Amino acid sequence: MSDIPTDLKYTDSHEWIRDDGDGTVTVGITDHAQDALGDLVFVELPEVGKQFAAKDACAVVESVKAASDIYAPLAGEVVEVNRALDSAPETINADPYGEGWIFQLKRSGDDAAQVLLDADAYERVLEDEA
Amino acid sequence: MGFKTPLYDAQIALGAKVVPFGGWDMPLHYGSQLDEHHAVRRAAGVFDVSHMQPVDISGPAAKPYLQYLLANDVDKLAQPGRALYSCMLNEQAGVVDDLICYYLAPGHYRPVTNAATADKDLAWMQDNAAGFDVTITRRDDLAMLAVQGPAARSKAEALLPEFIRTAAMALKPFHAVAGKDWLLGRTGYTGEDGFEIMLPAFEARALWDGLLDAGVTPCGLGARDTLRLEAGMNLYGQDMDENTDPLAAGLGWTIAWAPPERNFIGRTALEARRTAPELPRFVGLLLTGRGVLRAHQRVLLGGEPAGEVTSGGFSPTLGRSIALARLAPAAVPEITEATEVAVDIRGKAVAARVVKPPFVRNGRPRIEL
Repeated sequence: MSDIPTDLKYTDSHEWIRDDGDGTVTVGITDHAQDALGDLVFVELPEVGKQFAAKDACAVVESVKAASDIYAPLAGEVVEVNRALDSAPETINADPYGEGWIFQLKRSGDDAAQVLLDADAYERVLEDEA
Repeated sequence: MGFKTPLYDAQIALGAKVVPFGGWDMPLHYGSQLDEHHAVRRAAGVFDVSHMQPVDISGPAAKPYLQYLLANDVDKLAQPGRALYSCMLNEQAGVVDDLICYYLAPGHYRPVTNAATADKDLAWMQDNAAGFDVTITRRDDLAMLAVQGPAARSKAEALLPEFIRTAAMALKPFHAVAGKDWLLGRTGYTGEDGFEIMLPAFEARALWDGLLDAGVTPCGLGARDTLRLEAGMNLYGQDMDENTDPLAAGLGWTIAWAPPERNFIGRTALEARRTAPELPRFVGLLLTGRGVLRAHQRVLLGGEPAGEVTSGGFSPTLGRSIALARLAPAAVPEITEATEVAVDIRGKAVAARVVKPPFVRNGRPRIEL
C-alpha cells in the first residue's frame, strides 16, 4: 500500500501539495506515482519566475519506462525548483514527500475552480484506478 | 489476464511488478530496474523468458525448409550444437520475426520466436511448409531461463544436471548442448556472458530457486530492455517489423547472400532493395544534451527531419541516454560516425551524436562519452 501523508493535499494526477503557510506551496509527486513510474532518470524542472495556470503541464519526470507530465496543482509563479534533482532524480523514488520535492509555487489566487483532494479522497482515487 | 509462465507464483512472491507483454503476464521488475541492470553488468541476473516460443522443426526436409524460410542460412551450422540468429522475411522482405535457430541433430532444428509473434510465426511456418517433408511442433512443454552476467556461468554450474554440466561449461559463445529435453546455449540478449536454458517446465522452479539461492538477482523485462539497448541489439516490433527490411534495421549481416542460387522468402525483394541507390541507415545515438531519447522522436540534421528514433532510453551503465535510430536515405550521405545531430524532444531540439553500437559490452563502455 502506498504512503499518503494526511498533512498534504493531492490532485487526481498524482501531485502532492504542501501549504507552506506564507502564500507558497511545495509540489512533488506521490509515492504511488513514483512507484508506478519506476526508477526515475531525468527531471525537467520548470523555470523560476514562470507563471502557470492550474492544471498547466509545467515539469516532466522521466523514468526508465516513460516520460510523464507534472501539472501545476494551483495557479501561481514558480519561486524555487529542486536543483538537486538534476544530478539525482532517483531522490524522488527514495523520498517522494521530502527531499524529492520538485518545485515551489507562489499562489496567484486565480484557481478557485481547482479542487485539491485530502488524503482520504486521494486514496479513493487510487482505489478507483486499481 | 495473460498466459502465465511456470514461475509466475514465485515471481509474485518476490514482489514482481507484473505487466502484460505479448499476451503474457510478465515481471517488469522486482523493485528497481536499475539495480537489476547493474547486477547483470557486474555479477549475475536471471530472466524468466518462458514467454518465448520454441518450435521444433523435424523431418528429412528440415534443413532445406529452413534454408527457404530464413534469410540467414542454416547450412552455416556445421554440426549439432550450433546456433544462428536470423530474420524470417515475407515476400516483400519485411521482417515477420527475428529468431535464434538451434541445430539439435541432423533433421532436427529449433527456432525460438518472440512471444507476441508466436501465433503469427507458427501460421507462417505452416503456410510455407507445403512441399517440404517436415513436422512443425510448438514446444509449450518447455520453460526458458536466461542467466546473464560475468558470474552467470559459474553460479549456474552446480545447478546444471550432470548429463550436460561438463559440456555446458566448455561451450564457446553461440554454441549449445542438449540432453533429456534440456537445451543450453551460451547465448543471450544482454551483451554479457551467460546461458540461455530451455528445460521441461516442471523443472524450471528448482533451477530458478537454486539460482536465487546462489545469489543471482531476479531481473524483469525492464532491465532486459535497457541491457539489450546498451548491447545494440534490435527489438522486434520496435526496431523492425513487417514493413522494415533487415537492411534498414542494421541487420544486413544476418542475410546469407551466398550461395546465389539459394532461394529464400523475400530474397527477390531484398536483392532489388540492396542495389537501390539510396538506403536508409541504422545508427546509434548518444544524447549529449539533457533529456531521454524515446522511440518515435524525430532526428534532425541542420534543423530538418533526418530520421526517427526506433528504440531509446536511459543507459544505466553510461549514465546517459542512448538510442537506435533509422536515418532517411536523403540524410545518409551527410551523416557519418560522430556527426552532431539533434533530436526533437517535446518540441525542443536536443543535441545528440551519431555513434556505432554496441554502446556497452561485457560491462564496459564501447563508445566515447
